[in-house]
Amino acid sequence: MEKKIDKTIDKSIDKTGVRIGMWLFLYTEIILFGGLFVLYAAYFHKFPDLFAQGGKELNRVLGTVNTAVLLISSFTVAASITALQRGKKGQTISLLLFSIFCGAVFLVNKYFEWSAKFHHDIFPNSATLQDGPDGLNIFFGLYYVITGLHGLHVIIGMLLLTITLVLVIKERVHKDRFQLLENSGLYWHLVDLIWIFVFPLFYLVL
Amino acid sequence: MNTQESQHIISYKMLGIVLAALLALTGVTVAVSSVDLGVFNVPVALLIASTKATLVLLFFMHMKYESRVIIVSFISAVVFLGILISLMFFDVAFRYFS
Repeated sequence: MEKKIDKTIDKSIDKTGVRIGMWLFLYTEIILFGGLFVLYAAYFHKFPDLFAQGGKELNRVLGTVNTAVLLISSFTVAASITALQRGKKGQTISLLLFSIFCGAVFLVNKYFEWSAKFHHDIFPNSATLQDGPDGLNIFFGLYYVITGLHGLHVIIGMLLLTITLVLVIKERVHKDRFQLLENSGLYWHLVDLIWIFVFPLFYLVL
Repeated sequence: MNTQESQHIISYKMLGIVLAALLALTGVTVAVSSVDLGVFNVPVALLIASTKATLVLLFFMHMKYESRVIIVSFISAVVFLGILISLMFFDVAFRYFS
C-alpha cells in the first residue's frame, strides 16, 4: 500500500516548480556577485588609471583561454541535456565527462595564473600591494575575492555535474526525469555567465 | 497539474551556432580592448558581455522556451541589480569632487 503511494508521488514531479526553485536560488547568486560588482564599479570610478594598470598585470592569454574553455563546457552541458531528452545515455555521459574535464582545465589555468601573481609578490597583504598605491591594492583585492569566489563556484559546479553523471550512469536520471541534470546545468551556466562579466572587467580594462 | 510541460529540445546544430557566436564575440571583445575608445571603453565591453550573457540565457539556459514566471522574475532580479548599481553612483559620483 505505502509503496504504491510512493510511486505515484515519484511520478508526478512538478517540473516547472523544480526549475523555479533553482532560478530563485540563482537570483541570490546574481545578487551575491552583483554586490561585489558594485564595489568594483565604485572603486573603478575612483581609481580608473590604477585599475587599468592592474589589469595590464593580468595574463590576457590565460584569461581568454579560460573564457573559451568555460563557453565550450557550457555548450557541452547544454548538449548533454539535449542528448538525455533524446534518450541517448552514452552521449550524455561523454558530454558530461568532457564538461567536468573543462572545469578542471579552468582551475589548472587559474592555479598557474595565481602562482605567477604570488611569484611577483602580488597577493593580499603582500609588501608590494601594501606599500603601493591604494587603487592597485583594491584592484587586486577585488580580483582575488571575485575570481576566488568564482573558482569556488566552479568546484561546486563540477561536484554537481559529477553527482548528476553518477545518477545518469545508474539510470536514476533519465529521459523522463532529467530535472537534476537541468538544474546542475543551470548552475554551470550561471558560473559561465558571471565569468563573461569578470573577464572584460578585470583582464581587458584599459 | 500543468499538462503542457515545456519539453523543448534544442538541436545540437542550434547550440553549436550559439557557441560559435559566443566565441566570436569573445574575439571581438579582446580585439576592441586594444583600441582606446575613451569614455566608451567600459560601455562597449559591457555591451558585448551583455550580448553574450543574453545568448547563454536564451539558448543554453532555455530561457527562450521558459514559462512567464521565470522570465518575469529573472528580469526583476536584474532590474533590481541595475537599481543597486546605478543609485550607488548618486553617492559615489559626487563624493570625490576634488
